[in-house]
Amino acid sequence: MSTNPKLTSIEDLNEMARQIRRDIINMLLISKSGHSGGPLGLADIFTALYFNKMKLDNENPNWDERDYFFLSIGHVAPVWYATLARRGYFSIDELKTLRKVNGRLQGHPAPSKTHGVPGVEIASGSLGQGVSIAAGTALGLKLSKKSNHVYCICGDGELQEGQIWEGIMTAAHHQCDNLTVIVDKNDCQIDNRVQQVLNMDSIPEKFRAFNWEVIEVNGNDMQSILDGIDKAKAAKEGKPTCIVAQTFMGKGVSFMEDKYTWHGVPPNNEQGKIALTELTKTKFGDFVELEL
Amino acid sequence: MSFNLDNPELKETRQGFADALMVLGKENPNIVVLGGDVSGSVKTNIFRDAFPDRFFSVGIAEQDMMGVAAGLAVTGKIPFASTYGEFATGRPFDQIRQSIAYSEMNVKICASHCGISVGPDGATHQSLEDVGIMRILPHMTVVTPCDYNQTYRAVLECAKYDKPFYIRFYRDKTPNYTDMNAPFEFGKADTLIDGSDVTLIANGLLVWEAIIAADKLKKEGISARVVNMHTIKPIDEETIVKCAEETGLIITCEDHQKNCGLYSAVAEVLSLRRPTQMDYIAVEDTFGESGTMEQLMAKYKINNEEIIRKVKKHLKK
Ligand SMILES: Cc1ncc(C[n+]2csc(CCOP(=O)(O)OP(=O)(O)O)c2C)c(N)n1
Ligand SMILES: [Mg+2]
Repeated sequence: MSTNPKLTSIEDLNEMARQIRRDIINMLLISKSGHSGGPLGLADIFTALYFNKMKLDNENPNWDERDYFFLSIGHVAPVWYATLARRGYFSIDELKTLRKVNGRLQGHPAPSKTHGVPGVEIASGSLGQGVSIAAGTALGLKLSKKSNHVYCICGDGELQEGQIWEGIMTAAHHQCDNLTVIVDKNDCQIDNRVQQVLNMDSIPEKFRAFNWEVIEVNGNDMQSILDGIDKAKAAKEGKPTCIVAQTFMGKGVSFMEDKYTWHGVPPNNEQGKIALTELTKTKFGDFVELEL
Repeated sequence: MSFNLDNPELKETRQGFADALMVLGKENPNIVVLGGDVSGSVKTNIFRDAFPDRFFSVGIAEQDMMGVAAGLAVTGKIPFASTYGEFATGRPFDQIRQSIAYSEMNVKICASHCGISVGPDGATHQSLEDVGIMRILPHMTVVTPCDYNQTYRAVLECAKYDKPFYIRFYRDKTPNYTDMNAPFEFGKADTLIDGSDVTLIANGLLVWEAIIAADKLKKEGISARVVNMHTIKPIDEETIVKCAEETGLIITCEDHQKNCGLYSAVAEVLSLRRPTQMDYIAVEDTFGESGTMEQLMAKYKINNEEIIRKVKKHLKK
């Protein structure tokens, strides 16, 4: 099992994020189905959380002192799987099984309790449910007087789901200051750009109006993400925090960048080849060498 | 077993839920309860006042309620999410499906004001589909206790299992007649009255109607067995097959749509294991309306008179 420990330097974190992007491309080339855009855009945030900021034990995913992580947008599963594998929750070899029958890497994440992978606490795929779950976990931890932090990643299009705002109200009302929601503001969703489908501007102002602390970061800049998470954890007592992370869909692959059409499709071999050339190899090494 | 048919003790099943919650709350610090602005109606206000730290009001937001419950379960708490039947199942179905059933979260969904008996509130509040839409979910245990005592015991018992439950009960006072000390096990039906001509497999409110029907039929020389099928999922297949073998004719009795509820569940077992003449007492694929409980049970043909009519129709006596 290739277990990578916590990374501390920005260089290493950036290199790991690039490796995770390569892994995403390779996984999608093998599965020939799945989402490219969102996962690529989120590679930096996942790297920052799993390789630097979150308290975790990959050998013991249910460690009592772990920080809890929920992915409300299950469709970006490839970035989560690649991150978990790279951090040693399971073998990187298993990344070859994305979306394959009898495998654990379901198209949308399944919890280990069902038939998914370690590190996944609860299923997602049907959008809009993560904030409520994260708020419930934050409440449970407070009740037990525990200091674990809870993270939840949401999409910007996903914020159109009504339940998200129910959860936002619950977290604020119950003063879940142990909760950080990260909004992946890539301005894209399936049908079009978010502004065209159903304008959500301004996300920071909406969260503030619901009595949340708001921190804005560049979600494709490692230092900005790390600083944002530090600020979130130190944020005002009694208030949950939202990190609005400006990202680019498809980040790192020139022809995918900022294009909503890359939301839900995998690259073909030709495109994959170009993507893997642009995302240069890293010292961490690939989990597969494909003939393209 | 004998029943006080003329003058039964009357008690609210939802009070059985509330009283059991208090016992659980005292015994187990992990028990938590969620409120959806109907805590007086579903009687979780009693728990709230006793254990304010362990009661979480989420407002009128049932989808959020199920998600918050799942999140609490992630931390090892045992959440009871409670509201009216329709709002506990229909509104948050997708949340229950993904975050609770598929994810196998230890959440107890306890729904009051179920069935047509909620009466004057009318069709929007009469949950006649809840059992069907919970029963279809893998990993879900579905229970419809028949009286106060059984609701109390089902609620106490469900906390012992690390898995999701749906427990259905009512608003109004109904006869309370089951033995608090008799064995109670999910998935094990109780035969309340033995009989040889027909088996009435009933649950919830209709168990009492079946008991009355059996008593009246007896006076006419018809021997009706009454089985209380409190757990619809997992269903007690052995008891169903045994009844079919011993009495032939099976009539199911429930306060729910005829589709997807008890009738369907029993038919599923018999069609495979022992095809048997069947009939049902249930709501005929229609929505309800306002009225008193008694008026509606008569109009929608879910009472003891209708049971008797159907038994006689089939036995041609
Ligand atoms: C309840 C629900 N409705 C619709 C979908 C289909 N769907 C999957 S992803 C998506 C768009 C989400 O947009 P966003 O959150 O911005 O994610 P991104 O496209 O940026 O990855 C939609 C509509 C779904 N998965 N769940
Ligand atoms: Mg988006």
